Amino acid sequence: MKRPTITVDGTEAVAMVAHKINEVIAIYPITPSSGMGEFADAWSAVGRTNIWGTVPLVVEMQSEGGAAGAVHGALQTGALTTTFTASQGLLLMIPNMYKIAGELTSTVFHVSARSLAAQALSIFGDHSDVTATRSTGFALLSSGSVQEAHDFALIAQAATLESRVPFLHFFEGFRVSHEVNKIEQLLDEDMRAMIDDDLVQAHRARGMSPDNPVLRGTAQNPDVYFQARETVNPYYAACPEIVQRNMDKFAKLTGRQYHNIDYYGAPDAERVIVMMGCGAVTAAETAKYLNQEGEKLGIIAVRLYRPFPVADFLKSLPPSVETIAVLDRTKEPGSTGEPLFLDVSAAVQEGMEKGTAPFTKKPRIIGGRYGLSSKEFTPAMVKGVFEEMQEGSPKNSFVVGIRDDVTNNSIDYDPGFSIEDPDTVRAVFFGLGADGTVGANKNSIKIIGEETDNHAQGFFVYDSKKSGAITISHLRFGPQPIQAPYLIDNANFVACHQFTFLERYDVLKYAAPGAVFLLNSFVGPDEVWDKLPRQVQEAILEKKLRFYVIDGYQVAEEAGMGRRINTIMQTCFFAISGVLPRDQAITAIKDAIRKTYGKRGEAVVKRNFDAVDKTLANLFEVEVPQAATSELTMRAPVSIAAPEFVQEVLGEIIAGRGDDLPVSAFPVDGTYPTGTSQWEKRNIALEIPQWEEDICIQCGKCVFVCPHAVIREKVYDPALLADAPPSFQFADARWKEFPNMKYTLSVAPEDCTGCALCVEACPAKDKSQVGRKAINMVDQPPIREQEAANWDFFLSLPEVDRSAINIGNVKNSQLLQPLFEFSGACAGCGETPYLKLLTQLFGDRTIVANATGCSSIYGGNLPTTPWAANEEGRGPAWSNSLFEDNAEFGLGMRLTLDKHQEYARELLPKFADHLGEDLVSEILNDDQTSEAGIAAQRSRVEEVKERLSSLDDPQAKDLLSVADDLVNKSVWIVGGDGWAYDIGYGGLDHVLAMGRNVNILVLDTEVYSNTGGQASKATPRAAVAKFAAKGKGLPKKDLGMIAMSYGYVYVAKIAMGASDQQTLRAFLEADAYDGPSLIIAYSHCIAHGYDLIKGLEQQKMAVQSGFWPLFRYNPQLAEEGKNPLIIDSKKPTISFSDYAYNETRYRMLLQSDEQRAEALMNQAENDVTSRWELYQQMAKMNYDGKNGKEE
Amino acid sequence: MVDLSTSYLGLDLKNPLVASASPLSQKVETVRKLEEAGISAVVMYSLFEEQIIYDSLRLDRDLSQGTESFAEALTFFPDLAAQGDLNQYSIGPDDYVENLHNLKQAVDIPIIGSLNGMTNGGWIEYAQKIETAGADALELNIYNLSTNPEVSCLEIEKEYLDLVRAIRDSINIPIAVKLSPFFTNLPNFARNLVEAGANGLVLFNRFYQPDLDLEELEVVPRLVLSSSQELRLPLRWIAILYGRIAADLALTTGIHTTEDVLKATMAGASASMTASSILKYGIEHVVEILEGLEFWMEEHEYESINQMKGSMSQQAVAEPAAFERANYIKVLSSFDLRFAP
Repeated sequence: MKRPTITVDGTEAVAMVAHKINEVIAIYPITPSSGMGEFADAWSAVGRTNIWGTVPLVVEMQSEGGAAGAVHGALQTGALTTTFTASQGLLLMIPNMYKIAGELTSTVFHVSARSLAAQALSIFGDHSDVTATRSTGFALLSSGSVQEAHDFALIAQAATLESRVPFLHFFEGFRVSHEVNKIEQLLDEDMRAMIDDDLVQAHRARGMSPDNPVLRGTAQNPDVYFQARETVNPYYAACPEIVQRNMDKFAKLTGRQYHNIDYYGAPDAERVIVMMGCGAVTAAETAKYLNQEGEKLGIIAVRLYRPFPVADFLKSLPPSVETIAVLDRTKEPGSTGEPLFLDVSAAVQEGMEKGTAPFTKKPRIIGGRYGLSSKEFTPAMVKGVFEEMQEGSPKNSFVVGIRDDVTNNSIDYDPGFSIEDPDTVRAVFFGLGADGTVGANKNSIKIIGEETDNHAQGFFVYDSKKSGAITISHLRFGPQPIQAPYLIDNANFVACHQFTFLERYDVLKYAAPGAVFLLNSFVGPDEVWDKLPRQVQEAILEKKLRFYVIDGYQVAEEAGMGRRINTIMQTCFFAISGVLPRDQAITAIKDAIRKTYGKRGEAVVKRNFDAVDKTLANLFEVEVPQAATSELTMRAPVSIAAPEFVQEVLGEIIAGRGDDLPVSAFPVDGTYPTGTSQWEKRNIALEIPQWEEDICIQCGKCVFVCPHAVIREKVYDPALLADAPPSFQFADARWKEFPNMKYTLSVAPEDCTGCALCVEACPAKDKSQVGRKAINMVDQPPIREQEAANWDFFLSLPEVDRSAINIGNVKNSQLLQPLFEFSGACAGCGETPYLKLLTQLFGDRTIVANATGCSSIYGGNLPTTPWAANEEGRGPAWSNSLFEDNAEFGLGMRLTLDKHQEYARELLPKFADHLGEDLVSEILNDDQTSEAGIAAQRSRVEEVKERLSSLDDPQAKDLLSVADDLVNKSVWIVGGDGWAYDIGYGGLDHVLAMGRNVNILVLDTEVYSNTGGQASKATPRAAVAKFAAKGKGLPKKDLGMIAMSYGYVYVAKIAMGASDQQTLRAFLEADAYDGPSLIIAYSHCIAHGYDLIKGLEQQKMAVQSGFWPLFRYNPQLAEEGKNPLIIDSKKPTISFSDYAYNETRYRMLLQSDEQRAEALMNQAENDVTSRWELYQQMAKMNYDGKNGKEE
Repeated sequence: MVDLSTSYLGLDLKNPLVASASPLSQKVETVRKLEEAGISAVVMYSLFEEQIIYDSLRLDRDLSQGTESFAEALTFFPDLAAQGDLNQYSIGPDDYVENLHNLKQAVDIPIIGSLNGMTNGGWIEYAQKIETAGADALELNIYNLSTNPEVSCLEIEKEYLDLVRAIRDSINIPIAVKLSPFFTNLPNFARNLVEAGANGLVLFNRFYQPDLDLEELEVVPRLVLSSSQELRLPLRWIAILYGRIAADLALTTGIHTTEDVLKATMAGASASMTASSILKYGIEHVVEILEGLEFWMEEHEYESINQMKGSMSQQAVAEPAAFERANYIKVLSSFDLRFAP
C-alpha cells in the first residue's frame, strides 16, 4: 500500500490518528499539548469524520480535572474517548486515572510530556509528569520521534481495546511534539486493520445503560477492598504481550517494527544505556557511531514502561553487559534513584534470582538524570555517560548536561564531539518573531520534504518574551532519515535576520568552518564589514565563512510587506544553499506561499510573490577583507551598574549562556530579587514617543495607559535641573499643589516597545497643526543615547510625596511611581496597564498571588522580571502557585497577614511599659485609610521595632517577627479569565464567599491568551477562538453578576480605554473595601485580531455598544440604604456588531460561515440588550427599606 | 394604461426606476422584494478592489501578528481555511460573484454588476468574473479623487479612457460608466468615453464628504443619505448630454419622488436610480413612486416614458440657454420683472 509522506509536527501527527479512532474528545489547553486539541476541534468543526464515518464530538472542559471526569463518564457509557494533556494538567487527571484503570476501561491519553512546576514552572519537555502517574494503573507507552508518535497513537488504541488496560501515550513536549519531520502517513485502512470492531463493540457493551443496568463505583470496606484491587492482575500480566502482538501486526502492515523494549547496538556490548523517549534516539545513533570505531556499546529504548515488561527487558540485554546506566528524564528528590532506574534494578535483580537474566554475573547499575525541561541531550553527553561507565567507581545518581558544582555529581563530556552525518545539511536562522522567520522555515522544511527525496527536520527555539521575541530555527535535511533530536551546533548555513542580534548574541558560534553566513543588513556589501562587531569579523575570518548580505527590509518595503522579511530571507536561503535548482526553488516557494496565504486573499499572495521576485537582485556576496578591523564590540548583556546577581546570573541568561551556569549560581528555593527588568535593555522599538512640552496639558493619560511603564512624569524642584543633561526637557508644573515646580514627561528609550498607545491616548493637539500631539512617535536609533541619558537623569529626580496629593484623580495618580515595569508582555498589551496602576496605588504594601497565564509569564519568567521596589526597598511581593488554585493561594496570604496582625495586636499591650502607652494605643487605634495614615503607622511600627530590638524576651522577638504586619497590606489575587471563569472558578467563588479582605483582579481577554487563544467561558458569543472554531454559540458568563449575588462582595467592571477615572476609582474602592473585591478588567489582546494600537479605541466601543457596561457594586452603599450598583457607562449608542466587526475574532466567522455569523451576531446583540436592561433594573431597585414607598 | 417601459444599455426595463448600487443588493431576499415592488433593474453594490486588497492584507496581518514568536502561543486563531473545505475566507471577488449569481437565479429583472477597481489587472479580472457570473451589464464606478497638482486633467482623462477601452475589449456585456461631476468639459469627456466603448453614463457618483469634528479635532467620515435637492446637478447634465452623445443616460443621486423620476426622464434619462429613498422609507416607497408615476402620466395624458424621455433636454426646450450660465441671469431678471412698475 502506498502511503503519502507528510511533513508535520508531533502534535498534528498524533491528533490525526486520535481524531480518526475516537468518538468523544474532551480537551483543555495546556502547553505543549494544546495543539492536539486545537486540531481535533478544528477538524470536527469542519466535519472531518473518524474511520467509522462519524464526526467525533469535541468538548472543551473547565480544567484537566474536568476533562478527565468527562472522559471517565464518556468511557463509562461506552464511547471511544480520548484527551490530550501535559504537566500540571496530567496531575489533575490522576484521580480519574486511578478510577479509569481500576475499572479496566479502554482509553488512550496522549501526553506531550512536560516538566512539573516545582521551584519554578517550565513549559518544556521531560518525563516528570508521566512518571508521576506510574502508579495509576495506566499503561505508559513512550514514543521518541514524530513518526513513532504517529504510529504509537494507533498501537496504543489497539492495545487498550484488547487488554482493557488504559494507556497513556507520551512523547517529549516540544522536542517531539513541536519538531517538524517528514513521516509516512497512516491511512484509514491501516487504522481499520489495527482496530478490531469486535473489541470496539465489546467496549461499548461494557458501557452503562438503564437498558441493562449495573452499578459501578461502589465503596468497599477492609474486608474486601484489597482482594478486589488484586483482581486486575491478569490483565496487567497479559498487557505486554498484547502490546507486542499489536506492534508486530503494525509491522506487517507498515514495515515499521517496534518492540516493548528495543535494543540498539553491539550484540556483545559491555556497556548499555537504558532510557525512554527521544533521548534514546540520540543515544542509539551515538552508540552506532562509536561502535563503528570499535566500541562495544548498546542502548535499550524502553517503549512500554508500564506494565514494565520484565521478561522483554531481560531478554533484550546482551549477555556481555557489564555496566548498565539508566537515564531518567525526571527527578525524584530523596529517592534511592529515579523511577526507571528503580525498575531496571528490580528487573535485573529478579532476573538474577529467577535465572531469567541472560548473564550470570550481575552487571553494575548506575542511574542518572538528563534533559529536564528540554535541556539539550546530545551525542557528546551520551559519549560522556559511556565513558563514565568505564570508570572504576562511576558516579551514581549523576546528572549529565549541566554542571553541578554543589553535589559535584555531574558527568564531564567533550562538547565538541559530534556525529552529524556529513551528507546532512544543517542550517540555523536567527529571526525576530514578528518578521515571520519561523513560518518561512516551516515552509522550507515542507518544500524540501515534499519537493525532493531528502529527509527534513525542523525545530524552533522560541522566546519567553511576548514582544521583540527572538526565534532560532534549526533545519536539517539530507538523503538519510534524520535521527537527531537535538539542536544544531555546527551549521553549514547561518542566517541572521536582524543586524542588531550581532551585538547581543554570539550568532556565529553555530557556524561550522567554511559555512555560509547570510545577514539581513541595512548597508550593502561594500559597507557592511565596518559595521560588524569585531568578534563577528574574527569569526568570519577564522572559520573562513562565505558572507552574503541582503537589505531585506528595503525589499520588503518595496513589495509592501512592511517588516515581514520571511519570504525574502527564505528565497536567499534557497538561492545560496543550492538545495534545489533556483528556478525550481522559486516555483516551490511560490507554491508554498499560495498554499499558506492563498486563503487569505490574492493581495497577500501577490505581495509575497513580488518580494520573492525582488530578492535575488538584492542579494550580494561580500568580499571578506583579510583582517578584523572593527572597533565595535558586542554589548554587555546588562549594565555594569547592575547588582552582582543580575550580572553574573541573569545577564548570562540574557546573553544566551544560561546553559553554562552551574547549579551553585541559583537560589535553592526559587526565590529571586525583584526589579530586574530594568537591567535588560532590549531596544526593541523602532519608534518611541517624544514629548512636546509646549502642547502637553500634563493630564497623565499617556502614563496611565502605557503597558510597559516606559513613559513617566515627575514634578520637582527647579533647582534640581542644574545637573540635567542639555537635552533634558521640562515645563512649568500645572498643579496647584505644586506651585513654582517643574514638570517632565520622560520616556525610557531602550525599554519602550513602540506600541504607541500613549500617542493614541494623548488628548492634546497642536492648535495650528492638529496632527501633532503632545507626544509623537519618532525614530529611536538617532535619539537612543541622548534619551537614555535623559531617562537616567529623570530617574534620579525624587519621587512625589505620596501623602501630599489626592491620588483619586488620574492626573495625580500618575505621579506615583510604578512598581511594575518593562515586562515582556506584547507591545500594546491590554493587561499590564492595570497591573502598573495597581502598583502605583498600593505597590509598597501589596502582595500578589498570580494565577498561571500571560500575567505569570510576563510577570515571572526569567531572566528578568518586572515587579519592582521603590527607593525604600518596598514593593509588591509576588508569587505564582498554580493555575487552578490562585484564589485560594491569595486567601492563604490574607489569612497569614490577618493572623499575624492579630497576634501582633495581642502582644503589643504586653510591652506597653517598654513602648509607652501612647505608642501602643496609637498603633492599636490606627487609621490607615489614607496614605498619610499608612505612613504614620509605618513610622510607629519602626519605632516599636527599634525599641524592642534590645529586649531579650522571647515574646518581644515574636512581636518583632510580626510587627510589620501591623501596617495593613493589600492582597491582590491576579489572573486571567481562563483562571477566573473556568479552572479557578470554584476556588474564586469560595474565596469571594469567605468575606475576607482580598482583592481579585481578573484581566479579562476573553480567551486563554497565554496558550494561544482558546475559548473560555468569558469568550463572547459569535467570537471565533480555538476550541470554538465555529464561533462560540453561547454567551459570555456574567462573572460580575454572580459575584454581586453575594451582596457583600465589591464588584467593578472596568475598561480603562473607556474611562480611566472609573478604573482608578474602582481600584481605590476595592482596596478600601474591608471584604472581598472583584474587578473585571477589559483587556484588549493580540488574540482579538486587530492592531493593538487601536486597543483603547476598541475598549471605548465595547462600552459604547453596551457589551461591556462599566459599573461598580459597592456593598457599603447598601449599608447606607442606597442602591449598591452604580452604572458608570451610558446607554448604548452603537451596535454590538459595529464594535465586534473591528476584530478578526468576529470577522473571520463572517468570512467563513456568513449564515452562522449572522445568526450568532443577532443573538449576541440580544445578549447585550437584555443584560443592559437587567442592570438598569437592578440599579433602580430600592435599598432604603421602604420598598419604593414614601412613609 | 400608460407605458412605463424604457430601454437602458440595451436592456428592456419595465419602468425607469432602477435600484442603484447600495447595500440593498446584498441579500437575495431584499432584491426579490424590490422586484416585487416593481423596481425594473438592480445595480449591485460595488465590488471594491481596494477593499478586497485591504481585507486580504488585514486578515493576513491579524492572523499573523504575534505568531511563531512565543512558545506557548504559536498562533492565536484556529486556521479555519487550513482545516476544511473552505478555499478562501470570503474577502475576494468570489463572494461577490457568488452573490451576483444567486441574485440572477432568484429574480427576473436585469442585474447590473458594479465595479470599483484600483489596478488595471484588477479591473479587467473582476469585470470578466462579473460577466461570467451572469451580469446583464457592468457599471464602472470610477472613483479617483485626484489631489496631485503635478498631474494634468488630460492625463487623468486618458487613464479613464484607456481603462474603459481595455475593459470593453475584455467583456461583451454593456458597460456604463458612473462619473463624478468634476470634469472641465463634461460633454467632451462623455463623448470620448462613449467612443472608448461605454454604452451608458451614470450621473453622478456621490462622494462621501469628510467632516471635521471640532471637539476631537479630527476628520470624520460622515455618510448622509441624498435628498431631492441634489437632483439638480445631474438633472442639468443629463439634459445637456441628451441627444449629444450616443449612449444611454442614467440619473442617480436625488431621486426620491415621482416628480424626481419625471424630471429625470424629461431631462433625458433612460433610468432613474435610487437607493437613499428606499433606505430611508423602505421598499414600499418603490410602489409609491411607480404608482405616482402612472397616476401623473395618466393625469397629464402622457402615453409612455419614451414619449417624455428627453422632452425637456437642452435641445428640446425653448430656451436652451436656461441650462447654461444664463440661468442665473434669468432668475434675477424674472425677479426684477415681477416688481417692475
